Amino acid sequence: MNPTQSAALRNLVAILLVCLALVLQVSLFGAFAWDGVVPDLVLLVVVAGALARGGQFGIVLGFAAGVLLDLVPPADHTAGRWALALLVVGYVAGRLRQEGGIPALSVVATAVGCSFVGTSVYALSGLALHEGTTDIVSMLQVIGISLVWDVLLTPLVVPWVMALLNRLEPERARI
Amino acid sequence: MALLTPLKTGSPLRPRSGPVLREGLNRRGSLEPKDPRGPKRATVVALLLACACLATLDQTPALSPARDLAGEVFGPVESAVSTIARPITSLPDWFDTRAKLRDKIADLESENAGMRRELRTTDYGRTKLAEYEGLTRSAEDLGYSLVPARVIAYGPAQSFTRTVTIDAGTKAGITADMTVINADGLVGRVLRATTDTATVLLIVDSDSVVGGRVGGDSSAGGRGSGQVGMVRGSGVIASKARLDLELVDQTVAPLKGDTVVTWGDGRGAPYVAGVPIGRVTGVFASVRDSSRTVRIEPYVDFGALDVVGVVAPNGTKGDRSVIQPDGSLK
Repeated sequence: MNPTQSAALRNLVAILLVCLALVLQVSLFGAFAWDGVVPDLVLLVVVAGALARGGQFGIVLGFAAGVLLDLVPPADHTAGRWALALLVVGYVAGRLRQEGGIPALSVVATAVGCSFVGTSVYALSGLALHEGTTDIVSMLQVIGISLVWDVLLTPLVVPWVMALLNRLEPERARI
Repeated sequence: MALLTPLKTGSPLRPRSGPVLREGLNRRGSLEPKDPRGPKRATVVALLLACACLATLDQTPALSPARDLAGEVFGPVESAVSTIARPITSLPDWFDTRAKLRDKIADLESENAGMRRELRTTDYGRTKLAEYEGLTRSAEDLGYSLVPARVIAYGPAQSFTRTVTIDAGTKAGITADMTVINADGLVGRVLRATTDTATVLLIVDSDSVVGGRVGGDSSAGGRGSGQVGMVRGSGVIASKARLDLELVDQTVAPLKGDTVVTWGDGRGAPYVAGVPIGRVTGVFASVRDSSRTVRIEPYVDFGALDVVGVVAPNGTKGDRSVIQPDGSLK
C-alpha cells in the first residue's frame, strides 16, 4: 500500500470511528445518562486522533466531528458550536502529544483536561449566543459529571483508537 | 533608526543558536523542526472562520438542508442501534430486587390509601376527582389521532438543550410543530422531521414556551383556577426536572397540587389544548420585580422516555397503524 492510499484509509477510519462514537453517544448511552450527562465519546476519539497523529490532524478531525455533532439529530443548537469546541480540543491534545508514546496516566490527564476545555468552550459559546441555560451552577455540575464519565471511559477508548490510527500510519511519515 | 536596522536583520538568525537548537534535537541527535506535524496557522484560521460561518448561516434557514441530510443518513442508523441496544439499555430494570419491588408496592398502597381517604372524607377531594375526570375526558375528546413512536436518541446534557429523536418521520405523516405526548402528559413538540425520524424539543428545554392553564378547584379557595400563563422550561438538567409558570394575572396564586394543562386554539399548533403538563409544587414571589413564579413538576419522567405519541390530524395515514380518537387502531 502506498503512503497516499494509506493516509486516505487512515482518514476514512478516523471519520468512521467518529460516526460510530456519535451514534453510540446519542442512542446507547442516553439510557445510562447520569442526570442527562453521557460520556463524551466523540471528544475522546478526537483526543485520541490528535495524540496519535498530531495537531494538524487533530484540528481537522475535531472540526469534522464537531460539525457532525452540530447537525445530526437530535441536535438543535446553533451549528458551529461543537465544531469550535472540538477544534480547540484537537489543538490542545495535539500540543500535548509526544513522540514515542505517552504514559497511560498522562493520557487520562490529557483526556480529562481536554474534556474540561471542550465542554467549557461549548458552554461559553452558548452564553455568548444567549442560547440554552445561563445558570452557571448547573453548567458546572454538567461539566463535573462529564469529567467523571471521561475518566472512566478514557482507558477503554483512547488507547485502542490511538493504536488503530498508529497501525494505519504511512511508513514514510514514521519517525 | 539606522542603528536599529542591523539588530532587526540579526533577529531571525537568533533561533539558529542557543536553546531552540537543543529543543530541535530528536532522540537520534539529528536536527529537525520542533513539531513537524503541528497545526498550520492557515488551517487553524480557516477552520475557525468556518465555525463562525456555520454559526452565522444557522441564524438563517440556509443550513436546514444540511440538517435534513444528516437526519436522513444518521436517523436509520440511530434507529437500528437503539433497537439492537434495547436489551442492554433495559438492563437496569432487571436489577430491581424483591425487597425494592416490595417497597414499591408498599409505597403505592399507602399512596392509594391516602388518595381514597381524601376522596371519601372531603368535598374538596370529590370536586377534585370531578376535575380530573373532566381533564381525562378532554384528553379523550381532543379529536386527534395519535401516531405512536419510540425515542431512539437523546441529546446529551453537555449540549445544554433537551431534545430527543423519535423513529417516526414524514413517512408516518409527521411534520414540524406537532404536539408530542405520552401516557403521563405533555412531552414536547416536533421541531423538524426527516423521512424516518423527527427531532422533538422537550418542554423542559430552556427555549421551550407552552401556553398553560391552571386547572385548580375554584370553590376550595384556590383563586388560580382557569388562569392562563406561559410555562417555560428551566433548562435544569438534574434528575428532578422543573418548569416555571408565569401567570398573565400576577395577583392570583394557584394552590399547591393544582394541575396545569395546555391551552391553545382549534388549529392545534404548536400545542393542542387540554393536555396535562404537570402539577404546582410551589409559588415564589420575587420582591425585586414584584412578580410571581409558579413552580411546576412535570408529570412526564424525561429521564426515561420511551414510547410517545405524536398528535396528528384525523385521517392521518402513514407507514404504521394510527391510534384513532376513540382508542381503536387503524
